[in-house]
Amino acid sequence: MARELPYIVAINEAIHVEMARDDRVLFFGQNMANTENEPFVDAFGKDRVRVTPISETAEIGMAVGAALAGYRPVVELYMAEFMLVAMDQVVNEAPRFRYMSGGQVSVPLVLKAGYGFTAGWAGQHTGTIYGMFMGVPGLKVAVPSTAADAKGLMATAIRDDNPVVYFHHYLLTLEHGDVPEGEHVVPFGEAAVRRAGGEVTIVAIGAMVGTALAAAETLAGEGIDAEVIDPRTLAPLDLPRILESVEKTGRLVLVDQATRHGSASAVIAGEVADAGFGALKAPIKQVTALDTTIAYSAPLEAYALPDADKVVGAVKQVLGSSAVAA
Amino acid sequence: MAGRDDQPPPAVLDGALALDVLATMWRIRLFEERVGQLKRADEVHGLIHLSVGQEGVAAGVCPQLRDDDAVYSGHRAHGHAIATGAALDRTMAELMGREDGLCRGLGGSMHLVDVARGFMGATGVVGGNVPIALGSALAARHRGSSAVAVAFFGDGAVQAGHFNETVNLATLWELPLILVCENNGFAEFTPRSAHTKVERVSDVVAPYGLERETVDGNDVVAVWAAFHRFLTAARGGAGPMLLECLTHRLRGHYEGDPAKYREALAKEDWQEKDPVLRLRRRGVGACWFSEDEAAAAERDAAAAVEAAVAFARASPFPPPGLAEELVYA
Repeated sequence: MARELPYIVAINEAIHVEMARDDRVLFFGQNMANTENEPFVDAFGKDRVRVTPISETAEIGMAVGAALAGYRPVVELYMAEFMLVAMDQVVNEAPRFRYMSGGQVSVPLVLKAGYGFTAGWAGQHTGTIYGMFMGVPGLKVAVPSTAADAKGLMATAIRDDNPVVYFHHYLLTLEHGDVPEGEHVVPFGEAAVRRAGGEVTIVAIGAMVGTALAAAETLAGEGIDAEVIDPRTLAPLDLPRILESVEKTGRLVLVDQATRHGSASAVIAGEVADAGFGALKAPIKQVTALDTTIAYSAPLEAYALPDADKVVGAVKQVLGSSAVAA
Repeated sequence: MAGRDDQPPPAVLDGALALDVLATMWRIRLFEERVGQLKRADEVHGLIHLSVGQEGVAAGVCPQLRDDDAVYSGHRAHGHAIATGAALDRTMAELMGREDGLCRGLGGSMHLVDVARGFMGATGVVGGNVPIALGSALAARHRGSSAVAVAFFGDGAVQAGHFNETVNLATLWELPLILVCENNGFAEFTPRSAHTKVERVSDVVAPYGLERETVDGNDVVAVWAAFHRFLTAARGGAGPMLLECLTHRLRGHYEGDPAKYREALAKEDWQEKDPVLRLRRRGVGACWFSEDEAAAAERDAAAAVEAAVAFARASPFPPPGLAEELVYA
């Protein structure tokens, strides 16, 4: 049975279900007992749900050590940027231990990172930074766009034997969607087709899936039939599904809230150019944030970010029906 | 490997146990000297940091541990791995990048792991191992075990923020983490005095109120006794503790480092300090073992090192497919 839940409730439900089914799942984070996470303390106790000081390196390093010892920690980081304080642990320790040990160990942990709070949170709390993690061998990266996936991808992240960075978009926090009850898992590496169409493929990531769907509605009103694909995880990336769609449509527009040169979009565009060039009838078009720090001022914030109008413009451009640059 | 697993280690290092520890120190010393030669001959391929001169710390600590304890080291890890029980032949094969290496040649000198002995890992970024050891200590406490976590690090790691983060959390949660600092006075190429005004690492952690002690790290008997006291307390539920071992890195930061930033010790001064020779003199003097037994320990270690070299040379390089196979579990 599915019922409507907000995205954030779906995430917490996944953690709750997984903690109930597996004693090895631990939950750490700053402020845990004084926020919406308090029910976890009530349900699972202070040994499994721990309040940490503002010590990201120790928190994440401790998760690595606990994972090496057989536990499955979930680290609540609140803002994705807080991970940057602890990059040695995130990039150099957690994902490399298995490989460097010749496969003797595994490091099952989840880093829960909220991103993209583009509502005046300004330069250090609005970053869309998954691009810098998807290229780290050994890390997996999940970017849910719906409440159901928020639950299912979190459950899969917790059950996965590798370190997973789980990016949830802050502006989706209260978005509602149908969410299955009980255990619900969404496999990694399987893109979802959010809208079927035949003339252009739009690959959109995280919150940009909604933006792309809004653009597709507008385009449909003008007789343009767009397919919208949500990769759901960036590592592993379901490149075959994207290529299959591009084979069909011959046109690709990518929508990513990340800054252009740090985006997942740039990587996907490169892979499609490498493996799917023969199918393309037009150049690949990327709709991303500008390569700039996100401004506090609302008009400048909007100027730097993708929106549905920019996606519509890009689609028209690849269809050759508009000379307006995205 | 007397002392590991079968029964709790004795509080005092003497008698036959001291001969075992002398043998361990010879194995580390001769292994590393051989690695230095093989590095110069390009048979050992990569970046190598030797602990020659610091063997008293590894040999005073690791033989007291059990296989379910978690040991973490840093870039200068060979001695800790060997003292924890890693086989010389597979360790040498790892340094030569071979398939039969501890980590199938994928980790190398700075990333030795031997899970069967609880040697959970060595990390190449200074101090990166310290918070990870915190996680092993948390796990031990969580499962109600008497196991402990031990993190080896140099004095250079102490100025890193995550050292402070780890001490704070370990103290707050009273975790069975034993921090073992090898204070050799140099952080890579720079003397401690250029990095901090706090000379003693044990003073850095003083405000946290944890158990701490500074010992002569070149006196393996002293290291043994101090670590034993901490280990016994940690097994009984106390923690964390910090053991600072003052020692001397005889070689440069890495093999090939001309070490122009410091004066070499005079040979006679070094013979006075050398932890291996010191234990030999003391053990013979106290009749813990004879000159002949000490000489046999050295000879046996030399033979084991040569056998390890032969083993490593005979081992194939790993298949290329391994480069992608082990990225994900």
